[in-house]
Order: sequence, then C-alpha cells, then structure tokens
Amino acid sequence: MAGGKVNNSPKILVFSTEKISDPAIDMAGLLKLHYPPTVYTIPIPCSSAVKPRWIMHALEQGFDGVFIAADGTDCPYGESCTTKTGELMRITQEMLKDKGIDPARLKMAAICSVCSEAFVKHVKSFSEYLGKSSN
Amino acid sequence: MKNKIGVYVCHCGGNISDYVDVEKVRKAVENDEGVYLAKTTMFACADSNQKEMVDDIKDQGLDGVVVASCSPKLHLLTFRAVTERAGLNKYNYVHANIREQVSWAHSDDKLGATEKAIKIVKATIAKVRNSEALEPIKVKSIKAVAVIGAGVAGMRAAIELAEAGSEVFLIEREFFVGGRVAQWDNLFVSEETGKELVTRLYDEVMRHRHVTLFTGAEVIENSGNVGNFKLKVKITPRHFKLSCAQGELQKAIDVCPVVVPDEFNFNITTRKAIYHNYPSEYPQLPAVDMKNCTRCGECEKVCNGVDFSQQTEYLNINVGSVLLATGFDPYEPKKGEFGYGEINNVVTLQQFKRIVHYCDDKLMYNGKEVKNIAYIYCVGSRQVDGENKYCSRYCCTATIHAAIDVKKKFKKVHNFHFNRGIRTYGKQEVLYDESSRLGDIYLQSFEHDPPKVERVGDETIVRIKDVLTKDKELEVVADLVVLVTGMVPRKDNSIGNLLKVPKGRDKFFNEIHMKLRPVETVIDGVTIAGASQGPKNIMESMNSALSAATKSFSLINSGELALEPTVAMVDENACDYCGKCEEACPYSAFEKVEKSGKFIVKVNSTVCKGCGMCLPVCPTNAINLIGLTDVDMENMIDALVPQV
Repeated sequence: MAGGKVNNSPKILVFSTEKISDPAIDMAGLLKLHYPPTVYTIPIPCSSAVKPRWIMHALEQGFDGVFIAADGTDCPYGESCTTKTGELMRITQEMLKDKGIDPARLKMAAICSVCSEAFVKHVKSFSEYLGKSSN
Repeated sequence: MKNKIGVYVCHCGGNISDYVDVEKVRKAVENDEGVYLAKTTMFACADSNQKEMVDDIKDQGLDGVVVASCSPKLHLLTFRAVTERAGLNKYNYVHANIREQVSWAHSDDKLGATEKAIKIVKATIAKVRNSEALEPIKVKSIKAVAVIGAGVAGMRAAIELAEAGSEVFLIEREFFVGGRVAQWDNLFVSEETGKELVTRLYDEVMRHRHVTLFTGAEVIENSGNVGNFKLKVKITPRHFKLSCAQGELQKAIDVCPVVVPDEFNFNITTRKAIYHNYPSEYPQLPAVDMKNCTRCGECEKVCNGVDFSQQTEYLNINVGSVLLATGFDPYEPKKGEFGYGEINNVVTLQQFKRIVHYCDDKLMYNGKEVKNIAYIYCVGSRQVDGENKYCSRYCCTATIHAAIDVKKKFKKVHNFHFNRGIRTYGKQEVLYDESSRLGDIYLQSFEHDPPKVERVGDETIVRIKDVLTKDKELEVVADLVVLVTGMVPRKDNSIGNLLKVPKGRDKFFNEIHMKLRPVETVIDGVTIAGASQGPKNIMESMNSALSAATKSFSLINSGELALEPTVAMVDENACDYCGKCEEACPYSAFEKVEKSGKFIVKVNSTVCKGCGMCLPVCPTNAINLIGLTDVDMENMIDALVPQV
C-alpha cells in the first residue's frame, strides 16, 4: 500500500458467535487490547454451525489460519455445542491432513462473552505460530 | 442480485476516523460491483444522516444498504429501522463493524486498521449483494419479569412492572429488603430517612398482587433465552414462623449466646445469631443466621416462633426478562490506607454515619468526645495508582450532608474536608454552600500528593499540601478521621456470571451503550439498574430502575417476540434422507417427509432457532441458513483475502 508499510502478519479468519464471542471481541476493542489487524471476524450464530467447506475455502483462498471462537459451555443453543464443534474440528483437520495442509492452521478455543483478554492471547499466539510455520 | 447498494462510512466523531482513513475506505469501495453510492458521514446514527439515508433509499431507489460504523450490538436495529422507514425490507441492510473490531482494536496501527476496514466493508457489500427480503419469526414471550435485588432500585422497578401489568418475581438474597439505602439516615433533598423510603416502597410492593417477593432467595441456575428464561431459585428458610408472641422475640435474642460483628452497622456493633437489622425492618420477621448459629436450642425454649424444621426450598420460575438491581458494596480500605485498621480513630464514611446514628448528646468514639473531624475524600475512587479510576459520584454530597447533620446535632464539632475537588453537582451544590456558611474548612490536595494520616503520641494528625498554599504544609489534629469511601461492585456478583452479563473496565455490569442503550446488556432480555451498573445516587438509581423496567416490559408486553428469520432451509434435490440433521438438531425442527418418490427432511421454521448445528453434519450439503448461505460465506471470504 502506498505511503506506508503493509502489515505482513499472517491472515487469520475468525468464526465468531454473535451472542457469545462477538461481545468479547468487541470488548477487546473497547479496552484497546491490540492484536494484529490481519485478523478478520465473520459472525455466525453458533460455533457448531461452521461447515468444513467454509474453512477449506478460506485456507485455499489465501488465509493462513482459521480460528473458531467457540461458544463452549455458554452456547445459548444447548450443551451439545461443545461436542459438535469438537467433531467438526476433527473432521476438518482430517480433511486438511489428506490435502497435505498443516492441521494446526485450524484452531479452536472457547471464548466467553467477557473473555476479551483470552481472545487476544489466543489470536496473538496463533499469529505467531502461523508466522513461524510459514517461514 | 442487488445493483443499487448504498454504502455509508461513519467517522463516529473521531472514534473511527482518528485511526481509519474513512475517505480512503469510501473510495476503495465506491466502484465495487453493485455499489450505487458511497458516502462518509460524521455520525451515521444522527437524525440528520438517518433522514438522508431514507431520502437516498427512496429517491435513488436503493435496493441494499451498508453502514460501516460501530458494533452491530449498538446500531444494527437503528439502521434496519431506517431501511424499513424508507420502504426497503430490513434484511437488505447489512452492518459492518469498523469501530470495536477495527479502529479501537487497532488504534496502534492506522494503516493496518484502514486496510482491515476496507476489506470488512467489501465483504459486507458482498453479503448485501446477495441478500433477500425476509420476514421475522414470531415466538411467545412469558409475561413475567424476575427482578434480582430488592433494594430501592429493584423495588421501584418491580412496582413499575406490576403497574404496567407484568407478573413480577422480586428475588432478594438477604432476609430483609432495602439494600444499602436502609443503612442511611436522612437523605438529601427530602430529609426522609432511608428506612422511611424503604418502608414506603415495601408497602407499595406488598399492595401489588402481581409482585411476589422472595427473601433469603438466590438464583442458582439459568437456562433458556429472552422470552423464556428458566430460573431455579434457592430459598433459604428464616427459621421463624409467621407469628411470634409479643416479647418472646426479644427474649430469644437475649438468650442467644452467639455474638458476631453486625454487618448492617459496618461492624461497629455486634448482633446475635437471631437478628433483625433494626426494629420495624421489613419483612417484619426476624431471621436466624445459620452460618453462625450453634443450634444450642436456648431460643426455642423461650420463643415458640423459632422453627428449625424449616427446609431449604427450590423453585423453578419462567420469565420473559430478567432485571438485575444487585447494588454495590462500599469500598473497604486496605490495611494502612490513610491509617485504616492501624490507627484506631480512622473509620469509613459508612461507619461514621452509623456512629452518628447511635450517639445522642455527645459525639463519642472509643470513649472520647469527638470535636475535630477530618474527612479524606476519594478513598477507593479516582485512584491515581489503584484500580478504581472512576468517580463514585455520591460520596462528596453524602459526606457534606453528613458533616452538616453532625454539626447541627453536636454543636461543638469542627469539620475539615480534605478533598480532591468537590463534585456536588446539580441541586447538591446547595449543601456545599450551607456547609461553607456553617464554617466547614475545605482543603484540596494535589492529585499526586494525597493527605497523610499519622499517629504522633496520642494524637492523630492529618497533613496536607493545599493547592492554595502549595509548599506550605497544613495540619489538623483530628479526633476522628473519616475515609470517604466510594462504591465498588458487589463482592459476590455470581448472578452476573450465571446470566453471562459482561462487566466493564470498572468491573460493574456493562450496558450496551451508556447513552443509546443504557439499561440493556448484550444478553438479550437481561436489563440492569441501579448501582449494579456503576456508582449512582438514589435519584439516579431510581431513574435507571424505571428505564430498565420499561425496557424489560417492552420485551414481554405483547406476549410475542420477533426473532431473526435466519432459519435452516433444505435443498430438496440434494437431500437424500439420512437423519443426521434430525440427530444434530437440539429443537426437533426437522421432519421426515416423502416427496417426489423419495424421503427428504422438512424444516419447521417456527421451531428452528437458526443455530446451524445441522449445517456441517449433512453429507450432501443440502442445508443452508437463510441469510448465511455457502454463497454468502464464500463471497465474504473472497472479499477479505486480496491485498488492498
């Protein structure tokens, strides 16, 4: 970009849930807890709704990593969310392995509605990992 | 496919444009496919801009709208309403969050923030391009509200809700109502005492047959959502029968051998395990403090009202909305903070008020008559080094009011106010004026050089460098040092965690927006009132209680809530019934049906909550969420990828 330095941090796509993790990510901004600006969020209703094909699409189109900010046990749609999100993680990581893609480029952590610091910590360490692994 | 999309990029005063080059964002998207007009605006939410948007939609015939501004939690509904007013379906509006998730989060990297904002707006345009006109789904809402906390804010809210026509469950953790206000004596401006105010509200609460009050009660489980919260309430018994013969109660209290510090009087006095905080306290039935009771049985011998057979009860209630009014705790100074806990004549403002309450002819403390009183302001508030940066709002007024009362009650008293600037805002200025006329001395310290409290021989001395005398130190020999302690959140605010209500930087419950949505939280259906949200005086608490009651009522009033129409839809051609979606759905929203000679699933859209749990499990990818299809998702991802 003209007139400045392009931020070359790894590109991370975050699937974040509207009711639970989105408020935490918003609050990270409110509290000015900085993280790389190459982290992009797409809101979804529930973390167990992420289709593996969306993750594959993101990684194939140029994202370095995908982070699922999961509802965990806070999911307003029910307790089975944790197991289901875990299962879709497992399936997608198998798919990544089959395609010769590092399965660690997909990461998941439970982010509660006030877990701003945890979110920032996770995306920062994920970004560091992706930065190292791509070199 | 939309081809007349309007894009509005907001400066938000400077909240966005100080870090994001909004003009650059506008230019970067104005030629995107489908974009018809792209504008920047100082405040997208301002009436003038909303009007301009309505005119644009009508005059230019826009078929899709994007506003790039703050979090959708704040203004999604505002701009949906704008599109509706202009005659466009509100689901042809899509919101882009470039404040909380861009300008604020990346205020350390302006270039990176601008680049991110451009991509987010492009992704949002990609989504609106494919958007469809939708109708909301209606669900039933239970016409009942749980009000947590029966202090003045909670009781006021309960009355308001009941008058409006709602069923109210008023749930108080303590055995008595009134919260902190019951601990105050006369109040400014009315000169009514806290107890009188509590009594008045309690009487009103009791008059309403739609309010059910639970004392000694705590919410221990929560499930469900706005419209239908399922709460489990634990009710601890008082171990007292409803009636107690006259005189027996006092006998029971007298024979109780347990003596514990009385928290109602901020530990300056003691009480027994059988107690009421003051005579005529409501509900007018004492309670047994089972944490401290030794079950010696002495009270049972003299009072037949005591009943140890009462058991803890559990109650399940269903409500449409929850209103939190759980109040505050006074700040507890650390040991040694201005001599607290080390010098024996250093007390807090709250303790001081109780001391004044119990003294009659002379103001006595530790057996000594008090003449010189030094008030040290902003203890635990506006801390330069500590955690609490906020002003507790009520303490300047409360202190000056107390100082005037003391001077009127005990003529020989001299008041010295060691302050950091007095904040008796509004009508409360009258008190400051009165106190000055009565001869009170005001000494203001520098922010980084607070007053010092020292014990020299048998005297307690307070020293200060006043802003007017600068390097010249002034000192007062004080018989009593009163630390003007502010408000902090309740030590046990577990109800907040149970309902997942976020807390702000001050650790009080956080509203969505201080001015725009001041009593709502991000948890749909949960509202907040009073000092649980941040320091407030009684009038401010009452105002917020009325506001929260109105907001909660608006959610339950019609008995129906409009929910997002983003439910699952099945591609009948692709579906080859396997039952996996039925297994995944927590709401049993799928039904097996036969169509065109094969079995497929059908979605019951009033049962489907749009969680999307069925999406990844379908082996033929036959299910999509309305408004979040594969096409939407892939378009958004594609827009986020390229270098700007």
